Amino acid sequence: MSDRIIKTVDAPAGLEGQGFFAGKLDDFVGLARANSLWPLPFATSCCGIEFMATAGAHYDISRFGSERMSFSARQADVLMVMGTIAKKMAPVLKQVYLQMAEPRWVISVGACACSGGIFDTYSVLQGIDRVIPVDVYVPGCPPRPEQIIDGFMQIQEIAKSEQRRRRESDEYKALLASYGIE
Amino acid sequence: MTNEQIAQDLVAQFGEERIYGIVENYGLLNVTTTTETIIPLMHYLYQHPTFKFQFLTDLAGIHFPQVPSHEFGVIYHLHSLEKNVRLIIKLYVNRENIAVPTLTGLYACANWMEREAFDFYGITFSGHPKMERILNVDDMDYHPMRKEYPLEDATREDKIDALFGR
Repeated sequence: MSDRIIKTVDAPAGLEGQGFFAGKLDDFVGLARANSLWPLPFATSCCGIEFMATAGAHYDISRFGSERMSFSARQADVLMVMGTIAKKMAPVLKQVYLQMAEPRWVISVGACACSGGIFDTYSVLQGIDRVIPVDVYVPGCPPRPEQIIDGFMQIQEIAKSEQRRRRESDEYKALLASYGIE
Repeated sequence: MTNEQIAQDLVAQFGEERIYGIVENYGLLNVTTTTETIIPLMHYLYQHPTFKFQFLTDLAGIHFPQVPSHEFGVIYHLHSLEKNVRLIIKLYVNRENIAVPTLTGLYACANWMEREAFDFYGITFSGHPKMERILNVDDMDYHPMRKEYPLEDATREDKIDALFGR
């Protein structure tokens, strides 16, 4: 028991006292968002199977807060696109992204979602970033659950450090405009 | 019920100009026919008292660019469930007369399979209830599985040459 490595997470910067802890609202909101990301598993192909493994007991993505997979876009925080997206599926994917409420993030899991993968063909969309903005790309064919979790942890870092209402920022608006959204 | 008997029966019924190219590949009988014969032939095989080819396993398109008279083909795979015998019927058309009568009157499953043959080869099926693309995006203006496109499209924007060491 004595040689167990126990990692503790540092509290955010703030004023601590007897029975209270005062800090920045952005920090706390960021912590809350990062540790309760509900994913929308947009699993199309083989990467979806790796996601199933990630969600299983051995790799357990619910340790990171995603206990409840939301298949309703309205209630999801992060859209995990896992698998080959055909050109016929692209408008559907965009529709699902549009239905998500802010704040929302997108992970592109696997080679096919990132860039079309080995399927450089007439029917496969060469990367979902042709239709929706992507936050984290997880390469692999398919990526192991550890890699998917690593990508998920990067989304957690983004969620922690992002401003509370980024939908108002010019950068975000310009990004969405470049995709023809809103 | 041997392949010999089937072939002889079909030639006797329809004639040698309309049932030709009879080969047997790995025990599977292949016959070739014409667009006028295909529907009567299918009905004949369906209602035949002995053969009973009442299951359409597959309907596929094919493109042979080297043979202009027999450029586009439709291959029908039939199966007789009672006798456990399979039969392949080939139908060839050239580019100018690329219309083939539809088999949806006899086999309901031919509906989607003919749409697929149209989507990928451009073979139209006259009398089909919904002659539209089925698997590709609706506004695609070419037929992908035709063998008339270069292996790599020079105008594509999908992959950058620099990333692939060219």
